[in-house]
Amino acid sequence: MTAHSTHEVSPGDPPYVHHMDSKTAYEAAKFGMWLFLATELLLFGVMFCSFAVYRAMYLDIFHVASQHLSKPIGAFNTAVLLFSSYMAAAAVDDAKKGNNQGVTKKLWGTILCGLVFLLVKSYEYYDKWQHELFPLHPNFSKNFAHYKSFFGLYFCMSGIHALHVIIGMFVLWFYGVRKSSKGRFSSRYFTPVELGALYWHLVDLIWIYLFPLLYLVG
Amino acid sequence: MSTHEEHHSPSHFFILGVLLFLTVVTVGVAYVDMGNFNIIVAMFVASIKALLVAVFFMHLKFEDGITRFFASVPILLLAIMIGGVFIDNPLRVDPRAPEQITQEKMKYKKEVEELKAREHGEAHH
Amino acid sequence: MSESHNSKNYLNHETTLWSWLTTVDHKRIALLYLFSLVTFFFIGGVAALMIRTELAYPGTQIMSADSYNRWFTMHGVIMIFLFIVPGIPAVMGNFLLPLMIGAKDVAFPRLNLMSYYIYVIGAVMAVMSLSAPVDTGWTFYAPHSIQTQSAVILMTAAAFVLGFSSILTGLNFIVTIHKLRAPGMYWMRLPIFVWTIYATSVIQVVATPVVGMTLLLLLFERAFGVGIFDATKGGDPVLFEHLFWFYSHPVVYIMVLPAFGIVGEIIPVFSRKPLFGYKIMVISSVGIAAVGFLVWAHHMFVSGISDTSAAVFSILTFGVAIPTAIKVFNWISTMYRGSITFSTPMLYAMAFVFLFMIAGTTGGYLAVLAVDVYFHDTYFVVAHFHYTIQGGAVIGLVAALHHWFPKITGKMYHEGTANLGWLLVMFGFNLTFLPQFVLGFHGMPRRYYDYLPQFADLHFISTIGAYINALGYSFAFLNLLYAWIFSRKLAGDNPYNAIGLEWMTSSPPIHENFEVTPVVDFEPYSYGTKAH
Repeated sequence: MTAHSTHEVSPGDPPYVHHMDSKTAYEAAKFGMWLFLATELLLFGVMFCSFAVYRAMYLDIFHVASQHLSKPIGAFNTAVLLFSSYMAAAAVDDAKKGNNQGVTKKLWGTILCGLVFLLVKSYEYYDKWQHELFPLHPNFSKNFAHYKSFFGLYFCMSGIHALHVIIGMFVLWFYGVRKSSKGRFSSRYFTPVELGALYWHLVDLIWIYLFPLLYLVG
Repeated sequence: MSTHEEHHSPSHFFILGVLLFLTVVTVGVAYVDMGNFNIIVAMFVASIKALLVAVFFMHLKFEDGITRFFASVPILLLAIMIGGVFIDNPLRVDPRAPEQITQEKMKYKKEVEELKAREHGEAHH
Repeated sequence: MSESHNSKNYLNHETTLWSWLTTVDHKRIALLYLFSLVTFFFIGGVAALMIRTELAYPGTQIMSADSYNRWFTMHGVIMIFLFIVPGIPAVMGNFLLPLMIGAKDVAFPRLNLMSYYIYVIGAVMAVMSLSAPVDTGWTFYAPHSIQTQSAVILMTAAAFVLGFSSILTGLNFIVTIHKLRAPGMYWMRLPIFVWTIYATSVIQVVATPVVGMTLLLLLFERAFGVGIFDATKGGDPVLFEHLFWFYSHPVVYIMVLPAFGIVGEIIPVFSRKPLFGYKIMVISSVGIAAVGFLVWAHHMFVSGISDTSAAVFSILTFGVAIPTAIKVFNWISTMYRGSITFSTPMLYAMAFVFLFMIAGTTGGYLAVLAVDVYFHDTYFVVAHFHYTIQGGAVIGLVAALHHWFPKITGKMYHEGTANLGWLLVMFGFNLTFLPQFVLGFHGMPRRYYDYLPQFADLHFISTIGAYINALGYSFAFLNLLYAWIFSRKLAGDNPYNAIGLEWMTSSPPIHENFEVTPVVDFEPYSYGTKAH
């Protein structure tokens, strides 16, 4: 029996939580999200660590392999994500002022940027497939050994990152846009927007490191 | 992007500008060959960008100490992880005979040259 | 605070099966976990008995070498991922934490239920992998884990899912302790169990993602051949070990820190004395969690790591022994000149101190680089970690189940039978594992399904011990189950006259834990200073 379902809440009011006052509930939720972001950082950190050690040992090969990644495309995607992060932060500002329409617009903007990012990434992946540098390609194993390490890590890192972009887009829509389009947020309650934006900023943060590491080797 | 929005979040917009500028710097520096220094500069600039996003977009500036502590724990842990691996892999001593090691090094060098030549030979993007 | 077990409490709050399966009450979630964990404990125990039966005599008894690999893998995976890692936090942490800090529930009750169901999904996946049982050992080392024809992908995916359950529980507890303490419950008034749960939760949150991602990369390696750990593709199998042990060393502190806390709760009650050196106990709990992150490569001394790193990790491993030893001294000092009652929980707590002392000391042997080169992958290591995990964490859990049984159920168990169970466990456990130190000394390798004749006597004794050990746990758990269902002996709210918020509410507690939010104006363990 969930304790939350039986309480009516007017728009702009925080939801009823049976064991905390609304201020504590907000702080707890935000703290919880930061803890979750810490786990995500460590998740990606494993791949950063693997990449770091192989890059240090096989710099020559990694440099050659990295030439296959287009710097202009990577830079464009970086700009797209940075801009989307700005949109998300602006959406939070709007939510705090109760400007639900602004929230809806800006969150859609953020989601759109995410979509652009994914489309560009898909093109890059398609290009790698054409060059037999994609791990699922039947001829991938014919590549030189440390080429495989580079591209294996490239696809794991950018792939898991892309998965987080998709999750972020969903979260911003499900917990953000769907509610703001019903006028849910106010200066008293904007938690889902803030937490969703935090998650999105993490996605941007990861890419800030991924881009130079993968695209600008050597 | 109307001026209406710029009014509401000027500082965020300013931060975005700085971030985009730093991105241009990162890419530009990548075309200059500084040897080992390249990766240090790239990571340094990336860290500045990350800090800007964390402090200003994510409002870490206004969060309490506990949140800031837990936000920095992963960085510390990653440093330990990378440190632990880096005192291992690069410091391993190859127990084989020196001629064998040199032979393998030559083979590796040749393969790198081959790869470079092949990449160059292919059509440029 | 009514003493009748027919009055309203969390057990009879709603009685439908659906109300149990969809509960967000931390106390009920604790019981859901208890039911699942104990089930897997006994399944893992059956696997242990299969192993010990095979090893009773030289030669083949009941299984081939290949089957043996699968049985010890199953034993390890079930005991570690399905039992002892969720372990005390999932059961006692969930039940006690809000009570001990004066809260109505954990910070995120629905997330708590989700943690449980994520655990169930992971457990189901692990059981499904029995269709092609994994034979790599619970450590999944590359390259064997990449090449073997068994359900490695399903098993590593299961471990990944289980990791999420662990992370979310830890996250929930950290936020709970920070945000939901009752008025007057300052940090340095928290029961030591809360502090150890806090340290454990931090480890859960930051270490588990590392192994999750590592196992995911292993999965990708197997499925897509990405070349990260596979040497034929330019990868490094030792890198897998680094990343795996980066979590798997801190995980042993996830297992044992909560048990430290439990012992720290039980001993003061039955010595009628304050916990000796409370502040130092707090610092050492946090210290163990911190230093535990610096020592992982001591599992890899013979894997081909550089001499420099081996030396560094050996020295750091000595560091983690210090806070642990401090705790042992403090528990003993708590008992010194106390008024001791040899209740069942106290017997288990004292057993813990003794067994963990052996565990910790033998760990010190293994920390010495030159010694570990000899002992690695022998029965010495097997004995060491069973003393820490079983003699430590499992004994801690059983102690806790007895100690808080009256609080959880409102009833008392039959003490004579409980003590008999204790005796059988102590006798059986030591009979199983003390000989294994000697076996290891003489060079008996671990994960071997057969052995040279000179090891036969000690293996036989160890197998007898295993059966007695199993009998002991059966007594212990069945006794508690029997008491819960059939006992008419009401426990009362505070049967031991103990100090702590959980003892100031009814047994069993009401659904909201407290009639009125308590205001804390006493220090923990103030025995002998008030009318207690």
